Amino acid sequence: MNITEKILAHASGKNSVSPDDVVFADIDCAMVHDVSGPGVIKVFEKLEKHGIDTSKLWNPNKIWVAEDHFVPSAEKTSAANITKLEKFVTKYGITRHFKYGLGQYGICHTLSHEEGLVLPGQVYVGGDSHTNTTGALGAFACGLGHTDMAYVMLNGRIWFKVPETLLFKLNGELSDHVMAKDLILQIIGDIGTDGGAYNTMQFAGSGIDAMPVEERITLTNMTTEAGAKNGIIEADEKTRQYLIKHGAKPNDTVHADSDAEYVKVYEYDAVNLEPMVAKPFSPQNIAPARDLASVEINKAYIGSCTGAKMSDLEAAARIIKGHKVSIRTEVVPAAISILKKAMDRGLIQTFLDAGALIGSPTCGACCGAHMGVLGAEEVCVSTTNRNFPGRMGHIESQTYLASPLVAAASAITGRITDPRDLA
Amino acid sequence: MIGTVIKYDKDNIDTDVIIPGMYLKIHDYAELATHAMEGLDSDFHSKIKSGGSIIVAGKNFGCGSSREHAPIALSHSGIHAVLAVSFARIFYRNCVDGAFLLPIEIKSIDFASISDRDVLKIDIENNVVKNVTKNSEYKTRPFAPLIAKIIKAGGLFKFNLKDWDENDANSV
Repeated sequence: MNITEKILAHASGKNSVSPDDVVFADIDCAMVHDVSGPGVIKVFEKLEKHGIDTSKLWNPNKIWVAEDHFVPSAEKTSAANITKLEKFVTKYGITRHFKYGLGQYGICHTLSHEEGLVLPGQVYVGGDSHTNTTGALGAFACGLGHTDMAYVMLNGRIWFKVPETLLFKLNGELSDHVMAKDLILQIIGDIGTDGGAYNTMQFAGSGIDAMPVEERITLTNMTTEAGAKNGIIEADEKTRQYLIKHGAKPNDTVHADSDAEYVKVYEYDAVNLEPMVAKPFSPQNIAPARDLASVEINKAYIGSCTGAKMSDLEAAARIIKGHKVSIRTEVVPAAISILKKAMDRGLIQTFLDAGALIGSPTCGACCGAHMGVLGAEEVCVSTTNRNFPGRMGHIESQTYLASPLVAAASAITGRITDPRDLA
Repeated sequence: MIGTVIKYDKDNIDTDVIIPGMYLKIHDYAELATHAMEGLDSDFHSKIKSGGSIIVAGKNFGCGSSREHAPIALSHSGIHAVLAVSFARIFYRNCVDGAFLLPIEIKSIDFASISDRDVLKIDIENNVVKNVTKNSEYKTRPFAPLIAKIIKAGGLFKFNLKDWDENDANSV
């Protein structure tokens, strides 16, 4: 068995599972946020009307709640959702609630690793499609809707069809101007937005071994854009050290059997990769950044669970240092802990000196919710993960997805810019 | 189930266009329905027939965000089923587990032959869709055994785990 199969077999009390088996797996931990949380509350209300007992959660210590999409509230519906969520947390005794403006807070998928909430080998589900992110720690991490999350919160288990695994091997270390974002855009361009549908996308090889954990997170995060059920990377010493540093006590890691099966193996040589951009209106619509040097943009957005981790801010700051941005540039760190670190290390000063805006940690404009939503005529280079029509605002607005290096270089020039071409 | 087709000759219809992000704060189902397909088709609601309508689309319908608002908005607009060449996985689960609408997989060739405003009759027991307008019939992909049971029960919460025989699992 490969690692996803091993995790699902263990979680469903079986010696072995094979692709296409359907299992009810026990859940180790679960998350909802200020969009899926109120969605779950709505499901609970419906269940109560049908006489289904919702008085107790399966385990309030294994569920955490994040406020990240519509905070700080821009209007009264969002504010009401936050109040609703607070009452829910209190009623059920949920122990971990990352409240906006109170201690640690930020994007749910960032908190899961910043706070060391998920361990290798665990089954983690969240009410958000980018829950795949956390598979970079060697867990089975998978996004679900509101009904499924309500079921998990009451029963502690859910059904899964055991996926087939696509293995993506990166041979060799990425060069300084290439990031994990470029690799995953290249992969999505190659296999398409349904190329990983219903499958696991696993990453391995010498390039992954050499890659810092935060960069690996970009890969698993965007497996969602290829339709994957989960993205996963076998935990190693780097993962262990990362988790210890973030307050977790990592357990034994799950390793694949020597005869583990992968339905398809893709090989990428780091030496052949270059800065990539996904043009509107799909993450699979890729082109080398250099080929788009004539594309004028009027906004740069450095944010989201994909593109505003500490390593992303460091990459962007490295480019921006000593320059001025020539277009509106928003930097929205993915968690308050990251914003603090970025301040301590002088990155925030660098962004401010360049003329950029610093937003407080939230999903922000990534999902078109608030804080920098795009107007009809706006063209944005963004470190986020999706660029469907209307994703970041007006249906006619355009988003070019890119790495923090490309976004930062483009913020300086006002055109899509490969960091190597920055004078 | 009988319904009139609203056809989108497109692959990868994502949940951001089915229900744009700014509406995710809304959890009133009727209100969500008023914004269904806002990112793709401003005439969507005028196309819905009172007897029920069926969306027909290409590959990877419902990709992107996990928002259950998407099947909710479609279902509460009067969409009883989506026939697509393939579905994105979370959208598919949400349709079935929440019992909002039927996600039915059809062949590309049948997708091509169905026209906007055709009247279809769906028979999930026999995995057949009858095109009443064109007087033809399409074989649909059978539901996996668990999915069929959840649909029959009326959603995941009405499904009783005791009705689940794991030996069924590999029969599709």
